[in-house]
Amino acid sequence: MPTSKADIVADVDATLTILQHRRREGRRWRVTGLFAAILSASIVLDIATGPSMLSPAEVLRSLTGWAERAPMTDAIVRSLRLPMALMALVVGAAMGAGGAQMQTLLANPMASPYTLGMAAAAGFGAALTLTVGGFGLPDMVAVPVGAFIFSMLAAGFLLALTALRRRGGDTIILGGIAVLFLFQSLVSLIQFISSPELSQQILFWLFGSLTKATWTTLSITAAVTVVCGILLFADSWKLAALSMGEMRAASLGINVRRLRFKVLAIVAIMTATATSFVGVIGFIGLVAPHVARICVGEDQRFFLPMSMLAGALMLSAASVLSKSIVPGALFPIGIVTALVGVPFLLWLIFRRGSVA
Amino acid sequence: MIRLDDIAIRRGGVDLMTGVSFTMQPGSVYAVIGPNGAGKTSLLRAIFGDLPLSAGAITVGRDRLTAAGGRRFREPRRWRDRFAYMPQDTHLDVALTVLEVVVLGRLGRLGLHVDDATLALATERLREAGILHLADRYISTLSGGQRQMALFAQVLMREPTAMLLDEPVSALDLRHQIHLLDLVRRETRKRNLTTAVVLHDLNLACQFADRIVVLRPGGLSAFGPPQEVMTAELIAETYRARVEILRDSCGRPVIQPLGEMGEAVSGAEGREP
Repeated sequence: MPTSKADIVADVDATLTILQHRRREGRRWRVTGLFAAILSASIVLDIATGPSMLSPAEVLRSLTGWAERAPMTDAIVRSLRLPMALMALVVGAAMGAGGAQMQTLLANPMASPYTLGMAAAAGFGAALTLTVGGFGLPDMVAVPVGAFIFSMLAAGFLLALTALRRRGGDTIILGGIAVLFLFQSLVSLIQFISSPELSQQILFWLFGSLTKATWTTLSITAAVTVVCGILLFADSWKLAALSMGEMRAASLGINVRRLRFKVLAIVAIMTATATSFVGVIGFIGLVAPHVARICVGEDQRFFLPMSMLAGALMLSAASVLSKSIVPGALFPIGIVTALVGVPFLLWLIFRRGSVA
Repeated sequence: MIRLDDIAIRRGGVDLMTGVSFTMQPGSVYAVIGPNGAGKTSLLRAIFGDLPLSAGAITVGRDRLTAAGGRRFREPRRWRDRFAYMPQDTHLDVALTVLEVVVLGRLGRLGLHVDDATLALATERLREAGILHLADRYISTLSGGQRQMALFAQVLMREPTAMLLDEPVSALDLRHQIHLLDLVRRETRKRNLTTAVVLHDLNLACQFADRIVVLRPGGLSAFGPPQEVMTAELIAETYRARVEILRDSCGRPVIQPLGEMGEAVSGAEGREP
């Protein structure tokens, strides 16, 4: 085997390049691990915060069931605050994944289930159900069902757009914005013609809230999110190729229209389920993918889980904040995410401009 | 072998080209040239199966791509797998490293874990393209020319049996144009590929191609080896430009532009994306 000096140098270069890549992957694992750790801490803090403050140690004792604790603690932690804290995790993850894939799909950093009108449609569905009643079903059941139906209707409209037009990332975004405006004004219309009490109820739903979380709603949301997350993860490479642009993805042999349709359908089901149980929580779907992109890039094997982690962390932290801004009172979480999200997004934008 | 039989392509209700027939053999480079809007990109996309034919057929091996005839257009299964198609647009604003972009060339054969063998293959392609030192950079931070080299490395990574390259040197300086086209020719010979490459520079086309496909708005203008095809009359007719044909030391034509010829040829002006 002839090994000239040039061959050896070339070999070393190749090995170093691979090593460099493995190091990059190692960094991504560590950042992902760090986010998971912070998220765990945030969940414990979330459980500890509330009208009666618990110490994080007490929370951990109750969760693990290892040591002595006050008898009331278990009741508060396990049946009241744990479902809420986990709901924040699951819904945040669903929003993060939904936003990430919409941005990948439409090659647009402004895309998210919220900005494309699916949340507004859910809001209208909820408002309509609250107004006309739920055909004999209790509000607990009827409102999420109404929200889910209208959210899926909005998604169906977007899906129809992907099916109709051969090229159409921009068409879908414009269609989504039209849906957003339509349902926002329809909600305003309902509020305008309904009684002050009903209007108040609608407003409360629109703010978004985790307080309605029960083990049942949590299980449904978690199951849907996990299944959808796995389905998306299975298409990691195709989605990474799609993030290079439609033409380029097609040139690699991907049926872009079919992939777009499939992913949009998955995202729609996942975010519609989450929204129907907790109400409108904006901004997380928009911002979490940007955080993930900065931390781990757009290799979807990292980008998707990281978007979910970032979304979960943001909503969990927002939940802690919503309980501590006014001690003893609960600030609507949808307002907190937007208030914290806006400066954060602006920071990301300006940071981006200086890096590019 | 890729055989085009009397194909026609319609776009926006207008016949972009009709009656185009020629055959491309493995191991040869075919330069596709022609004025703006003549349908060079469309021809490549049609071969790739991305644009429907309105008449005729394209045959590759035992597979046959025919006009849809009113039904919804559908290319044969696995038709695209043999091709590595490199679109003209090199815009890429995505947070992927150059190495990751090249690895994506293996799409369809990638597992959840990318093993060292695949990475080694990708570094080999980057070395051939001469941009191994950029492997760990985000592709969005590269210059247009560097991006084009990276995307060509991705094409090589696919290990195709045919390459369809749409203006692969449009953003490259002279040295890199020569480097890339030389690489295209070497790979074509070594792996016995059938290669079609759209070029705007007639001199590069004459230097690196075995055969030249000359398109004019509406169809095929000429097809053959550069020495035979490249005449001042043909260029006057297809480009509406006056040129003088010189010969280099190897007898290959060299095109010296002299001036334009006024009145534009009717056709699909500005159709190219």
